[in-house]
Amino acid sequence: MSFWVMFRLLTYREGKKMSKQQQHWEKTRTLLFITLAIWFVFSIGIFFFGAEMEASSIRPLGYPLSYYMTCQGSLGIFVILIFWFANRQEKIDEEFGYTEREDD
Amino acid sequence: MFKGKFIDNLPKIYGTYTGGFIVFIILMAIAEQAGMSAKLIGIFFVAFTVLIYALIGYLSRTMQTDAYYVAGRQVPTVFNGMATAADWMSGASFVAMAGGIYFKGYGYMALLVGWTGGYVLVASLLAPYLRKFGCYTVPDFIGTRYGGNLARLSAVIVLTVASFTYVTAQINATGTIASVALDIPFEIAVYVGLASILMCSMLGGMRAVTWTQVAQYIVLIIAYLLPVFWISNKMGAGVFPHFMLADEVARIAELEAQFGLGEIKNSAADLKQVPKGLAGITKAHAEVNTTPWKFISLAVCMMAGTASLPHVMMRYFTTPSVKAARRSVGWSLFFIFLLYSSAPMLATLSKLSLMDPNLATGIIGKSISEVQAIDWYQNWNQANLMFVSDFNGNGTLELNEFFMGGKAVVLATPEIAGLPYVISGLVAAGGMAAAMSTADGLVLAISNALSHDIYYKMINPKAETAKRLIVARVLLVLIGFAGATIAALEIQGILGSVIWAFDFAMSGLFFPLVLGVWWKRANAQGAVAGMLGGLIAGSAYLIAVRSGYPGFWGVTQLTFGIVGSLVSLVLMVVVSLMTKAPDAATQRMVDEVRIPSGKAILGKQH
Repeated sequence: MSFWVMFRLLTYREGKKMSKQQQHWEKTRTLLFITLAIWFVFSIGIFFFGAEMEASSIRPLGYPLSYYMTCQGSLGIFVILIFWFANRQEKIDEEFGYTEREDD
Repeated sequence: MFKGKFIDNLPKIYGTYTGGFIVFIILMAIAEQAGMSAKLIGIFFVAFTVLIYALIGYLSRTMQTDAYYVAGRQVPTVFNGMATAADWMSGASFVAMAGGIYFKGYGYMALLVGWTGGYVLVASLLAPYLRKFGCYTVPDFIGTRYGGNLARLSAVIVLTVASFTYVTAQINATGTIASVALDIPFEIAVYVGLASILMCSMLGGMRAVTWTQVAQYIVLIIAYLLPVFWISNKMGAGVFPHFMLADEVARIAELEAQFGLGEIKNSAADLKQVPKGLAGITKAHAEVNTTPWKFISLAVCMMAGTASLPHVMMRYFTTPSVKAARRSVGWSLFFIFLLYSSAPMLATLSKLSLMDPNLATGIIGKSISEVQAIDWYQNWNQANLMFVSDFNGNGTLELNEFFMGGKAVVLATPEIAGLPYVISGLVAAGGMAAAMSTADGLVLAISNALSHDIYYKMINPKAETAKRLIVARVLLVLIGFAGATIAALEIQGILGSVIWAFDFAMSGLFFPLVLGVWWKRANAQGAVAGMLGGLIAGSAYLIAVRSGYPGFWGVTQLTFGIVGSLVSLVLMVVVSLMTKAPDAATQRMVDEVRIPSGKAILGKQH
């Protein structure tokens, strides 16, 4: 996840002044923005270029790209995106000791 | 056979159930070979599955509030995913969506993107936080976060408008299927559907609905995928249709050109003969046939609507933890993906089997009298879902002379493609499961909001548990009947009403919910203004467009949520900033919600 590392470097701030809770929320928000950015690209962004996708020579499994993205491509990316998001958020919660106890 | 607690045995129980259902399908197939009539097979399929759901509903009966409202908060991640998928995929997804794609092509595939993309918003913006909150209903969150009965009441109003619009469409769908499968008039079938819905939810509330929804998901996914794979293999289109239909998609485009799609227009007088609700193929199958904005605006409305519909959100209140709620959203979408990625494939196979003259099933280009003599044509023509007419008088059926109801794409395709009737019976059972599971979730969402938020929190806070749960059940029955009565009137098609429901929910609830977690400064006055203002603005726009107003920004009656939610956002921000900031206790509460660990804001029993 080199993209993730780059983003963390770019958004790195002096964290010591903030309380644990603020830091946790800061990281959670960063994760939200990244998730929403990816979501935006595949739910809205690419569909501004429906005609261009259709004419494109990239044809996954032989389907026109526009058709493929609406049928499977974007949908599959959303599934992966949610699991990825859940994993990252769990790591953040763990880092700050906010993981729930099993008996909660 | 099953030792230990019910929850620990879930995989075994549902594994046995799935096996049993497959055995049932095989038995029916044998019975068909032995000469059992098609009608009897249909009745068996629908009756058998509905009885199983009713049995699960009965076994899950409860008199505890946390079991009734949130299934005791112990539903495991994957099973909650299945239940949510059933809750989510309604008659619109199962029966109508493939039809919408069949007729409108790429333009309607925005629904696929919208109805899945919304889950990213659910997972990242709302579900885990609302789970941490520990509420029973969505208005419970609004009422506690913003404080005051007015906010709670406004949320209940939006919830009721959106969910009620939605539920009439689902009861309509159960009615349609019951009337075709059981061969009874629609007006009666609607109440048969309603009775089945109530049997599942009345005794056990959310607990019963959860376990029936899992069972319904299993039936509906088998019923959707089996025909898609079977038809694809039978046609020689590919063993795994999802990855192998590119040639078929290209072939449809070729045939469209050959048959002069879009060149020959039917005259108004000709179209008058076509029964109401049926449509011809007028749009290209896979071509980009709509403006980007039309596609995107529809997708945006469906996504924001997904994140605001209370019957979906409330499913994530039932998981054991915040972490489980988050993961459960992923599983929900995975189970939904299985069906949604198959819908365009079904539309493709269905269209090709009717259009391609090289296939035995193709009817375009055959003589009209020949088509009118086909068994399945006569059946579906009688059900008012299919129609042909020789407009140009040449004796041959042209592409523009064939009309079909949207529902028929899913319900009739197995029969058209020459599959045994047992598959049609299975599809009917699947459609019934899809519509029932969503109707159950919706009726429960409305009656829970009314019983918990209006009756218990506002009218009679001292009511005992038993009394609260009786009130909840009485409301459930009343709402079901009101829904069935309106469904029997058939005001709007299934797909149309469902899309409206998303727009209503988005207009009134999206920003009040999201900002409740993500903007501490949001206060009660702002939230009330946002909810009511958004709902009123959205509804006003819908009414205006319906009565002839051309609208602006290309916003149609299917996307009026854009207007509603923008008004809601602006009002909420402006009014919040003009009035006093929320008190320190509320701000602390929001901080608490943002941390997964620790106690829920609202107690286990409240």
